[in-house]
Formats: sequence, C-alpha cells, structure tokens
Amino acid sequence: MSLQIRHLLGLEGVSADDINLILDTTISFKEILARKIPKVPTLRGVTVVNLFYESSTRTRISFELAEKRLSADTVNFSTSSSSVAKGESLKDTVWNIEAMKIDIVVIRHQAAGAPHYLSTCCKSTIINAGDGAHEHPTQALLDMYTIREKYGHIEGLKVVIVGDIKHSRVARSNIWGLLTMGAEVAVCGPPTLLPVEMEKFGVAVYDDLDKALQGADVVNVLRIQKERQQAGLLPSLREYSRYYGITHDRLKNLNEDFTIMHPGPMNRGVEISSEVAEGPYSVILPQVANGVAVRMALLYLLSGGRGKVDEE
Amino acid sequence: MAKVTPVRIMNRESIKLALNRICHEIIERNKGIEKIVIIGIRTRGAILAERVAKILGKIGKKKVPVGIMDITLYRDDIQDKLDQPLVQKTEILFDIADKVVILVDDVLYTGRTVRAALDAIIDFGRPRAIQLAVLMDRGLRELPIRADYVGRDLPTSYSERVEVHLKEENGVDEVIIDRSGRGGV
Repeated sequence: MSLQIRHLLGLEGVSADDINLILDTTISFKEILARKIPKVPTLRGVTVVNLFYESSTRTRISFELAEKRLSADTVNFSTSSSSVAKGESLKDTVWNIEAMKIDIVVIRHQAAGAPHYLSTCCKSTIINAGDGAHEHPTQALLDMYTIREKYGHIEGLKVVIVGDIKHSRVARSNIWGLLTMGAEVAVCGPPTLLPVEMEKFGVAVYDDLDKALQGADVVNVLRIQKERQQAGLLPSLREYSRYYGITHDRLKNLNEDFTIMHPGPMNRGVEISSEVAEGPYSVILPQVANGVAVRMALLYLLSGGRGKVDEE
Repeated sequence: MAKVTPVRIMNRESIKLALNRICHEIIERNKGIEKIVIIGIRTRGAILAERVAKILGKIGKKKVPVGIMDITLYRDDIQDKLDQPLVQKTEILFDIADKVVILVDDVLYTGRTVRAALDAIIDFGRPRAIQLAVLMDRGLRELPIRADYVGRDLPTSYSERVEVHLKEENGVDEVIIDRSGRGGV
C-alpha cells in the first residue's frame, strides 16, 4: 500500500485512494499522540527542512511537532535570518540545503507554484505548506479528517466555504479534496472576493449567506485577510461582518448536527462571533490537534519508496 | 524436486491445549493474574491474545485487560522497503505501569518483531516485567530474544514456510509447515 504521489504539491489531481490512505493512516497516528511518550522511532535518520518564506504559527509548529514525534531531524529556516535577505534565489537556497543531505522539504512561499518548481529541480520530497493563493493541501487534509472523524464519511455532506475565496489557498485545496471525496461544495462571499467562473470547478456559488447555509452540514469559515483591505475589495469590516459574519442567528438554516470550522487565525467579531467559535458545534481546536496527526501520516507515507526512485 | 505437500503440525485441539497450558504456566510463574495484562501483536498475535485473556479470566475469575499493538512504526527495516507498510491502530486502553505485560505473538522467528514490540511497550510506560508467549517457536533467531511460554517448539530452516491459520481470520485453527521452498512466516 503506497501513495501514488511522491510530493504533496496540492490536492488538485490527487486520487480518492491517496486521500483515503492518508486519512486512514492518520487514525493510527492520532493514537500515538495520546500515549505517555507520544513519539515513535519511524523516521530516524530522515532529515526534514522547514522552509518558511511566509509567517505561520499553526502550520509551522504542527509540521515541526509531527517531524519530531516521528524522530526525524528537523532544520528550520525563515527568510528574515537567512541568506535570502542577501538575495539568494529559491533554487540556490534549496540546492545548498540539499547538498547537506536532506530528504524532505516542507515549503511555504508567497508565490503560487513555488513547491511545484522545486519538485522539478531537486531530488527531495516536497510538501506544500501553502503557496500564495494556490493551495494549502495539508490544511484541507486535516479539515477532511476532522469532518470524517465526526460524520464517519465525507461523501454526500454539504460543505459551505465562506469568506475571501479569491485569495484563499485553504478554499482551493478544500474544494479539490472535497469534490474528489464526493462532498457537495458551495462557496459564499462578497462578489468582489469570489473568483470569476467559479462554477466551472463544480461548486455552487452564492453571495447570499442565508441561501448558502440552507441545508449545509459543515461551514468552513475563512479568515478575512485584513492585509488585503487596502485593495478596496470590501467597503468595511463592519459591513462584511453584517452580511457574511457567522453569528448564532445565522445557524438556524443549517442541518442538525452541523459543524463550524475555521483554519485560523480567527478575527473574532469579523468573520465569526466568539459565541460561535466556542460553541459546542465548533471543531476549531480539534482541527489544530488533528493537524499534527495528519502531517505525521503524510510524512510517513511520503518517506517510503525512496529506494525505488533511486533505482530508476 | 518432487512436490512436497504442506504438513499440518498443530490442529484445533493441540492449539487449544497449548494455549491452556501457557495460561497455567503464566499463573504459576506470576502467582495469579493480579498484575497481568495481555498485549497481542497484530494481526494473529492479537487474536491469540484475546483467547489467552479469556482463558486466564476464566481460571482466575477476573477480567484480564487485553490490548492490540501494531509495531509497523518500530520496524528496523522500514526505510529499506519499497512500499510503506500500512499502519494500523494500536489499542492499549489501560495503564501498564507496574503491570506484568504478557506479549503474545503467533510465531517467534528472527526476534525482530518482538524487539520492535518491546520498544513500543516501553513508550506506554514502565511495566514491572514483560514476558513473551508464542504459539510456535521456529528458531532461526537473529537477536538475543527468547520466549517465556511456548506452545510448540520446532526448529525449522529458512526455506520452510510456517503458516498459522486461526478461526477468527481463516475459519480454521491450524499451523502448517510448507517445505516447497518459499520461506517466510
């Protein structure tokens, strides 16, 4: 049993079999995290470099914990304290790190496609930890794991993604993954934050939140990226909050046993009210906890079969 | 070479007797079942562990905790394999600190699986002791490991293949030795 993919660059094109294998394996790794000593020796001798060209709290800590709990050696890299500040290119940076014998590169980069580019020019296994507005596949995997943990399946559920769809890599990865797994996906946001021709993905598009939430099982609330406020896409945060903020009153249209998700970091009182974020139907903190187990499963599965590649 | 038919070396009755004897030896050596917990190695070790726990419970008139362990992540050959083995869930829902852990597997062979299981158990806590019970010891050890309780001791060669079939999984209880030369467990 092995993954078809050798890198995780995005969820576009990743098969349902691969996604199922990752999610199934996650169950076993979640059990490890509950042990007295939550660490296994599996990736001893494997070196992982965490290459973060953009800031991150959750994803970075989550990857680092996943690597350490598998006994891999980790190297952390952030642009502010490195030679990138001196103008070294991405390719040169990775080639130089690779010369020190590394096996897996976890990369977050502001440019969409940076992980894909690396996969074409270096030998290591590449894992995308978020690239521009393109994809954030491990976030979508942990979202899907969290959904599956609660409902036992993904197929047939209606998932609504609310917020700034246009700039969201989380939305794109979730759309690819959820569609592959047979969920019904809808997106909802102000028209200025919805990409054109979104319907061609196979998702329903709404600008009216109450209509979008009708009969939904899962609501994935995206962060309003305040840094994009200057572009004039939103009149004001207050107006956004009034029309698209998930508050207690909005929840009446949802199916029974609904779930509220948020990839973090939250702007409380903007896209989600504190009452909802901390409600009994919120799985925001379980999402974070599941993130470590999902990344462990992924690192384990992707670190196999290296011998095979070398023989070719 | 002439075709060699597989030989059945244990059947339903002898497996039952062997497990019963092992259980009595466990009780004798540990002076009861007070501190005993059972952990079976997936997949067939786990089935045997359930049976051992049931017999011990019946004799000692007390429920014996039983858990399942998947040792995949502790294997020493994991990075040599072409395909990553499927990781299954470990279920040890009790505290093993200060307990006597009876580790159960179907066949003791190179000893590498047991080595991995010992490492895994230690990550769950510090037991008072770990004892090993196997249905069959086929010899050919590659590590300094021995079993405390053995159902059937039968030295084999590398070319022989030992197959354990259990009712829960294969519909029949038997141990077979296949001498047609493929090797393996």
